[in-house]
Amino acid sequence: MTETATQLESLSPPAGLRRMAPVPANRSLGWLTDKLTAFNEGRTPLWWWILFLPAAFCAAFVLPAMLTYKISTGVGVWGNNHPVMWGWDIINFVWWVGVAHAGTLISAMLFLTRQHWRTAIGRAAEAMTVFSVMMAGMYPAIHVGREWFDWFMFPVPTYEGMWPQFRSPLMWDVFAVNTYLIVSTTFWYMGLIPDLALMRDRAKTRARKFIYGLFALGWTGSARQWHNYEKAYLILSGLATLLVFTVSSIVGMDFATAQLAGWHETIFPFYFVAGAVTCGFGMVLVLLIPLRKWCHLEDIITMAHIDKICKMLLLMGCIMGYIYAVEFFMAWYSGNPYDSWVFGHRMFGHQYWFGGWIMIVVNASLPQLLWIKKIRQNLAVVFIIGVLINIGMWFERFTIIVGSLYQDFLPANWGVYYPTWVDAGVFLGTLGAFFMLYLLFVRFLPMIPVSEVKAVTPQANPHQPSGTKGAMP
Amino acid sequence: MSGKNYGLVAEFDSPAAVLSAAEKVRDAGYSRWDVFSPFPVHGLDKVMGLKNSRVGWFSFVFGAGAFIGTMGMIWYMNAFDYPILTGGKPTFSVPMSVVPSYILLVLAAALGAFIGMIALNQLPRLHHPLFARARFALVSRDKFFLVIGSTDPKFSETETRRLLAEIGGAHIELVEDKD
Repeated sequence: MTETATQLESLSPPAGLRRMAPVPANRSLGWLTDKLTAFNEGRTPLWWWILFLPAAFCAAFVLPAMLTYKISTGVGVWGNNHPVMWGWDIINFVWWVGVAHAGTLISAMLFLTRQHWRTAIGRAAEAMTVFSVMMAGMYPAIHVGREWFDWFMFPVPTYEGMWPQFRSPLMWDVFAVNTYLIVSTTFWYMGLIPDLALMRDRAKTRARKFIYGLFALGWTGSARQWHNYEKAYLILSGLATLLVFTVSSIVGMDFATAQLAGWHETIFPFYFVAGAVTCGFGMVLVLLIPLRKWCHLEDIITMAHIDKICKMLLLMGCIMGYIYAVEFFMAWYSGNPYDSWVFGHRMFGHQYWFGGWIMIVVNASLPQLLWIKKIRQNLAVVFIIGVLINIGMWFERFTIIVGSLYQDFLPANWGVYYPTWVDAGVFLGTLGAFFMLYLLFVRFLPMIPVSEVKAVTPQANPHQPSGTKGAMP
Repeated sequence: MSGKNYGLVAEFDSPAAVLSAAEKVRDAGYSRWDVFSPFPVHGLDKVMGLKNSRVGWFSFVFGAGAFIGTMGMIWYMNAFDYPILTGGKPTFSVPMSVVPSYILLVLAAALGAFIGMIALNQLPRLHHPLFARARFALVSRDKFFLVIGSTDPKFSETETRRLLAEIGGAHIELVEDKD
């Protein structure tokens, strides 16, 4: 008997390759519950107000003011003009969609692949998805110029007998982004239901009990409910995984179907998905590194989690490097003078050369630092890398969009693009709205999926020795 | 008190305890009973004899309907009601219609899964007889509850109570159904 045990021990992988415990804090279920809801039930800390007030100001004043000015005056208040018809609005749209993707990848794709470590960060990442898709979805709606005709994009039967043109990827985008918003919100909300029931059961005041109770929909946690719930969760994560690949692919096709050097490339759908996920992992690091410290969740979102996200970011950085290399190679190998012109000017043009360098240095080269374990374990450095990746990915979109538009086939058609203060104001407003929503989420909803975390602890398994024990201290 | 009874509830401390209790309740021949837990307990489906959840059917029907419906809609709009000729291409073709149809398939299938979960669980409901019991608030924390319904043909207040005590249930109580 002991022999078999030693044999098994020798067969199990070396320490470095063993699976990490999903919840390294080996505590009782009650302790975990208290710990994970402590931030929602405690006093609002000072840092929350310091971050929330400026974000709320941007969301409540800057964004509406900019939108009112833009809608009442017209697209001319932005820098968009011939030949650069797509400016910051589309850059920011693609950027926000990109930020969203890592959330779905973590919450859905890692669920399907049974990566139990994802439970601790799934909800926080999914919230990031929901809020950034909201920001993304706003941009095309205001980009059209005449916002009061936005409803033309939907197949609404009217006396005019007009229908959308379904051959256009721009049309597909309308459906893709709205679908992404609805599906990720549904997925996120459904994951929240058991935890809303938990908040309801723990509520001390009538108001909290009522509000959490309302959104918990009367969840009791019966085995029959869990049975249907788990199935629905599995299906939703499968469908959300499809969207990781669909949404940014379609955004990529918006570009690839145009006959423009620098856009007309078959690699674009894949390119945009990879870029989106890279950017999103950067944002996950930016959000989680401070939050785990400030919300005292170091036992739950451990260094091992940060390490895994860093490794994913490293992988994505390598993929980005590969894609950039392929793009430049194809521009040269195709022998197309327009392609070579655009790609040469990305790096050595007189106007926007910096974008190309930022894109290669930050997105492809900087993540290579994450090969080094010391760097992956240095939270300050990882945080800075996360911030820089977000900036780098923003410049990638700038390079693709403005860098390809400003010098097309006819030199007579050339021009330059400068953003205006309204461009910057709208972006600032969306950043504020995103962080405001995120801070509200962190404050009022459990940012760690409590029931999921409890379900992956060893004591939750009735067939394991610790599952038979009662509550541990 | 004039209210009907909902059932007898017993409390357990661990998933293993409630699982073995559930096995004994099943072996005793009860049919209308349920287990309440803070997270899905592995193996309970089998003990309770729960078949594959029907949520998948909701998802499938919604998704398939949306795919076919969108295909039909695109044909109707772009090929029949108001044909748009662009570049000599056919007014309707499958490849160009697949993308929006596929997206709406994902949308409808996801909503179908959610609606199916809600409908099969008979949610939303504003009240549940068990909520009247203060200790039941621990169900989302770290306690496990086994409830034998009073509508069970084998239910008898004394016998069932004895069984629940035998299998290790604590705080056994009769829950009223005031609705």
